[in-house]
Amino acid sequence: MVELVVFVLMGGGALAGGVTVIKARNPVYSAMGLLGTLFAIAVLYVMQLAHFVAAVQVIVYAGAVLTLFLFVIMMVGVDKEEDVRETIPHQRRLALALGLIAIGIVVSLVARGRFAWVPVASAAADPQATNGTVQALAEPMFTDWVLAFEATALLLTIAAAGTIALASFRRPVADTAAERTGV
Amino acid sequence: MSLVVTSGWYMTLAAVLFALGALGILIRRNALVMFMCIELMLNAVNLTFVAAGRALGNLDGQLAVFFVLVVAAAEVVVGLAIIVAIFRRRQSASVDELSELAG
Amino acid sequence: MSQFLWIIIALPLASAVFLHFAGRRIGEPRAGYLATLSVAGSFALALGAALPFFQGESHGVTVNIWEWMPAIGAALEINWDPLAALMTLIITGVGALIHLYAIGYMHGEARFTRFFVYLNLFVASMLTLVLAGNFAMLFMGWELVGLCSFLLISFWSTRPSANAAGKKAFVVNRIGDFGFLVGLMLIFATFSTLSYAGIFERAEEVLSPGMATAIGLLILIGAAGKSAQIPLYVWLPDAMEGPTPVSALIHAATMVTAGVYVIARSAVIFEISPIAGPIVATVGAATALWAATIALAQKDIKRVLAYSTISQLGYMFLAVGAAGHVAGVFHLMTHAFFKALLFLGAGSVIHGMADEQNMEKMGGLRKAMPITAVTMLIGTIAISGIPPLAGFWSKDEILGVAFSRGGWFWVLWIVGLVTALITAFYMTRQFVLVFLGEPRWTEGVHPHESPRTMTLPLIALAGLSIVGGLLNTPFRTALEHFLEPSFELVALTHPPEGLGMFVLLAGLSTLAGLAGAGAAFLTYNRPAELWGRFEAAFGRTWTLWSEGYRVDDLYWATLVKPGLRAAEAAAFRFDTPIIDGAVNGAGRLVRAAASKGRGLQTGMVRSYGALFAAGTVAVIGWIIWRGA
Repeated sequence: MVELVVFVLMGGGALAGGVTVIKARNPVYSAMGLLGTLFAIAVLYVMQLAHFVAAVQVIVYAGAVLTLFLFVIMMVGVDKEEDVRETIPHQRRLALALGLIAIGIVVSLVARGRFAWVPVASAAADPQATNGTVQALAEPMFTDWVLAFEATALLLTIAAAGTIALASFRRPVADTAAERTGV
Repeated sequence: MSLVVTSGWYMTLAAVLFALGALGILIRRNALVMFMCIELMLNAVNLTFVAAGRALGNLDGQLAVFFVLVVAAAEVVVGLAIIVAIFRRRQSASVDELSELAG
Repeated sequence: MSQFLWIIIALPLASAVFLHFAGRRIGEPRAGYLATLSVAGSFALALGAALPFFQGESHGVTVNIWEWMPAIGAALEINWDPLAALMTLIITGVGALIHLYAIGYMHGEARFTRFFVYLNLFVASMLTLVLAGNFAMLFMGWELVGLCSFLLISFWSTRPSANAAGKKAFVVNRIGDFGFLVGLMLIFATFSTLSYAGIFERAEEVLSPGMATAIGLLILIGAAGKSAQIPLYVWLPDAMEGPTPVSALIHAATMVTAGVYVIARSAVIFEISPIAGPIVATVGAATALWAATIALAQKDIKRVLAYSTISQLGYMFLAVGAAGHVAGVFHLMTHAFFKALLFLGAGSVIHGMADEQNMEKMGGLRKAMPITAVTMLIGTIAISGIPPLAGFWSKDEILGVAFSRGGWFWVLWIVGLVTALITAFYMTRQFVLVFLGEPRWTEGVHPHESPRTMTLPLIALAGLSIVGGLLNTPFRTALEHFLEPSFELVALTHPPEGLGMFVLLAGLSTLAGLAGAGAAFLTYNRPAELWGRFEAAFGRTWTLWSEGYRVDDLYWATLVKPGLRAAEAAAFRFDTPIIDGAVNGAGRLVRAAASKGRGLQTGMVRSYGALFAAGTVAVIGWIIWRGA
């Protein structure tokens, strides 16, 4: 019963945050909506015994990533309100229709109780088996998944190097000269 | 009534969140907001992973979330750097103005 | 010794390659001497390698140089038997003399070294042809000599007529080659190999008479193309556009005899077929008479010799067709001597007369060019078949062979006899018009004797024309004995036995020769008006002869023009609208589709996103709908 209450509350919170992200005119509000969603999902992780993932969610997403977002928003300019008038014909209608169809598919599946592709947690399963403590996650991480782990390390290094390259980008001299003469 | 919150509930929630994110990408033109929508979609997928992992009774779902998280972090770093670079050049973060490759 | 045989081919080839790259550097006369030396070296080698045959110690060897396509019996292998040896000696011996002559004749030519590159290449190709140990390598040489012939006919490439003549030779030869190639395929289909050894030794058990006839006739088509027989002879007179040494070497002494050689080489196949041989002989006899009559009325000194060559090749075909292979090869040899001599003499005259070729503008040249006059006289007597010069013995043996076969061959014998008379007539006419009588030169022409490099070969060839016939007389059949190993699988036809028959037949042909020569001498050793009246008396027949029976016009109207029309139709009615249309249409279709489709590429990332999302939803929906 507790789980149901938490699910309804946090699920509703996540949805509300998501709606805010896509509806708010000011990107700062969007960021705040995303923050709400992230927290709500972190709680849902805890509900499913994914303790470590929940912690990382809060630290990395809510802490680092969102801070970076806010930083860039400030840099680009908070006062710039977006013009919400759609310029691409039918784009908004098409998007809404697609979203509704996608949600409709899911809802119809739920309504018809067809979840053959989502196995129901068996009562016999040991709840401790999915208890995501740091120790429990570390063992497969550094045995079965060690290759993927090393690959992510490489990916992060490349991302860091790429970011530095992008940040230190300077326009070619000829290009600037051409712009100066107005060509 | 005894409503048990199964993995299916979480997955349905994740699907709706995913659809919301996709909708946001289609209707917003601010690159930063579009990026946030991508994060939304990634989180929806993560939620699915955790729910599926619980349903199957092992930890692989949570491990997958961990890797998705790392990839998302790297992607955010590079993506924001690109947005900043574009902004420095054009004083705008609207993707609709980046249409030089039109046929 | 036999492992060094490949050097015979390699020597002129190496010289050709060397002159191609370095010829310009070593300059005009030296390039020519090098080329001559390389051919003379091949001659010396061949002479040494042929010694065992002279002593009757060897029946020939086959030396494999390189396995080319073992599955079809094609290899680079040298078949060194008496027939090949004799051909090699003719090619390199006469070839060396002609090379030497060309040094003087081509003096001052801008592309002097290039000429010797081609000549050397030709000798190497011709040696490849005759030394081949299988039909594949023979065909390689066969095509290569065709190529060299083309290059040398159109050597003076700035003359449109030379280019046209080169093209004509090439195209007409292609027709013959096509037949030959089909013949080779039939041989391969029958024997599953192309090697001589595999074919000739098994021919008797494997080959049916019908198949032998088919193969024989196809080989005849190829031989008729290369050796200028009816109906494919038309390229040879035009080939006289090339420099005179080329006419002598390729279009008289060597290349054109390739057809005779191939038939002699395939003698076993012709023996099995009941009618292929007689057809060859008939074609030969008809060509001999046909070309001789045309030669009668020619004014161009080289064209007389060209038609004469066709006529003499006809004799050789008559001989090999009648299974008198030794007689055919014998005539091939003596003809190489005296026809090369006549061509080189004609070249000497043309050289001295500042490129004048019309005999009506010559006359009285014996005083200005004594050496040329005497050697030409020897050549004329030799070809006219007057004893004891070379042409008499070989021609008489051919007629004897035809006579002893009997039946239909008696008709061919009579044709040969008549041709001998005509031959003597036109050759004497040529000699008298050029060297005797009063000068009819155009003004400003000062005839002079040619340099020593040109007269030396003339003297050497004149000597050979005198004594060459003694190799194979009814009294001493040295050549037949020499060639025996090459024809041991064949029943040769011999001239009738006995001194009486010989005296009768030889007497008849000598009489024909003397009659023709005498008549021509009496007719033409007079002022120009008188023999002009003689020619006019023939009326339109003479015109027809001088125009070569208008065969060229006939071919133009019946073959060339429809061919051009068909090509034109294919080009403008089919190629342009349909092939080009399809290609251009494909291009236009792409462009049209692109200009319609470019609207989709708005450059708006969100539009692409919407399409992508639509696709994704559609696929997911389809999967779930199907699963549900």
